[in-house]
Amino acid sequence: MSTDVQPAILLEGVSKRYRGRGAVLDGLDLVVGPGTVHGLLGPNGAGKTTTVRILTTLLRFDAGSAWVAGRDVVKDPIGVRARIGVAGQFTTVDELLSGRENLELFARLHHLPPKTARLRATDLLERFDLAPAADRPVRGYSGGMRRRLDLAVSLIRNPQVLFLDEPTTGLDPRSRLEVWNSVRELASSGTTVLLTTQYLEEADRLCQRISMIDHGRVVAEGCSAELKLYVGRTRAEISVPEGRDLLGAAHRVAMNVGSMPELDADARTLSVAMNGEAQILEQLAGALRELGLTTEELALRRPDLDDVFLHVTGRTTQGQRER
Amino acid sequence: MMTALSPTTLAWAASDTWVVARRHLMRLLRRPDELLGTLLIPVMAVVMFGFVFGEALGAGMAMSGSDYRAYLLPGLFTLSMAFGIGTTTMSVATDMRSGVVDRMRTLPLWPVAMLAGRSLADVLTALVELAILLPLGMLAGWRPDGNAMTVAAAIGLLVLLRLALSWTGILLGLLVSGPEAAMKYFALVFPLAMVADTIVPTTLMPSWLTVLAQWNPLSATVNATRGLFATSAGSADSWVSQHAELLAIAWPVGITVVGLMLALFRLRQLSR
Ligand SMILES: Nc1ncnc2c1ncn2[C@@H]1O[C@H](COP(=O)(O)OP(=O)(O)OP(=O)(O)O)[C@@H](O)[C@H]1O
Ligand SMILES: [Mg+2]
Repeated sequence: MSTDVQPAILLEGVSKRYRGRGAVLDGLDLVVGPGTVHGLLGPNGAGKTTTVRILTTLLRFDAGSAWVAGRDVVKDPIGVRARIGVAGQFTTVDELLSGRENLELFARLHHLPPKTARLRATDLLERFDLAPAADRPVRGYSGGMRRRLDLAVSLIRNPQVLFLDEPTTGLDPRSRLEVWNSVRELASSGTTVLLTTQYLEEADRLCQRISMIDHGRVVAEGCSAELKLYVGRTRAEISVPEGRDLLGAAHRVAMNVGSMPELDADARTLSVAMNGEAQILEQLAGALRELGLTTEELALRRPDLDDVFLHVTGRTTQGQRER
Repeated sequence: MMTALSPTTLAWAASDTWVVARRHLMRLLRRPDELLGTLLIPVMAVVMFGFVFGEALGAGMAMSGSDYRAYLLPGLFTLSMAFGIGTTTMSVATDMRSGVVDRMRTLPLWPVAMLAGRSLADVLTALVELAILLPLGMLAGWRPDGNAMTVAAAIGLLVLLRLALSWTGILLGLLVSGPEAAMKYFALVFPLAMVADTIVPTTLMPSWLTVLAQWNPLSATVNATRGLFATSAGSADSWVSQHAELLAIAWPVGITVVGLMLALFRLRQLSR
């Protein structure tokens, strides 16, 4: 590679089709710089897990090339495996063994000598607040504890590149925060993290760069702020109560502001892009007064990644499960 | 610990295999009822075939009930080795489903070790099973008449059969769609275990079945162990039963080699 800083992950034109199906990945390109947290964001069936499985040497692909930590995934899978940590979409810890036994087991399979494996297990149990439950079977762990253990297992060998496939799906808000904190800690210690998620908020909070994928292709990429530029500025939104004439209200707003607002008949909202001028708010306040509405019905809405996704794909991330 | 860690690949392979085997053994210790469940089949078979139907089956073979039981028990030891295939298949299918197999595939681990560990655990479990079943058999009136060497050889053949069926179970576990399916296929063990010299001599079966039953790998192990335990000569009137000892080695070794190769092939196929 010619660049002086070698990317931690590099995917070039990777395509994959499963037997008897159309292309699941369709020329996917991805560059992840070392030490960054990179989000792979997409709805169900977008190809996130497929991408992670390819990068973690679990799955062959049909076209393109893939490197992780400077090693070719196809030509040097062992080299890749020695440098990565993986926490899959579903936790894969052994239910019948205790947290400590799980960690020691995988540490031994990572070829740590027995004594080192024991020390490493104790370390990780402390670090992930699992020490009190260390010797209980995992069967009795909560979802959050399992996730943390799974994460701990994936960190046994201090991986250069860590893959987390939907690490917080199914967690309550508190456990989610704990996982987020762990990811931040890792990132600050220089580990590269590729994280897939369906939660736009998660990508927004954790990732320095985000690739939105849909139908096996990157449809948008950048840092969260850049992506938000796709959909433009903050908007002022007026909710029109049930039983009032929505179109009439829209015309009234248009007269005050000078342009027709965007109209959402389902949500019964009218929205106007804010161009930074304070007078728009005054004009809107005027329109509200004339309509007999209070400022309660006026809200400012910053665009979030949901809006970006909607804008780029024409669909929301929710509302469509399996393809 | 089996190995002091040395940088040679072979030492890693041995260490990996042992670590995986130990995991399976620990799981077994956490669920002792599963081991008991496996033992229940041969024990129940002693009660049913030995005592309930014993007189009738013995009469059919011109034997007394107690002679029949002495004849029966080596068959049940073999049968118990065969039934272990269910545990193996379930375990591998469960690890496939839960993602443990995938997780291990992302480790810098010798792929054979992942499977060989299961097989080592099976062999060690088989030894425990036999350590329980042989004394139980003696309670039921069976006596090993051979010397220590031949008894050890018989036990060796039984464990070798278990090894072969362990690799068959591993292959099946990698092929079935999940643990539920593995459960359903379990019924197939019955013809494998019983259309053989295990419960009644194959010579008493319908003639078209006799040939099949005589060539059943289990028949070779049963007849060879009967010979080594020297409890009963068995039905040594065909080429197959005259060469039982040879076949009791050749069959399991062949099955192990083929099973291992197919299982590794299947493991590689998982990345399609
Ligand atoms: N082994 C397989 N065989 C056939 N099709 C598959 C296989 N695995 C995944 N697919 C299909 O490939 C597509 C992409 O799947 P993938 O699991 O990569 O999506 P994802 O983005 O991870 O979705 P989710 O958010 O639901 O986890 C889906 O349509 C899925 O049905
Ligand atoms: Mg997925």
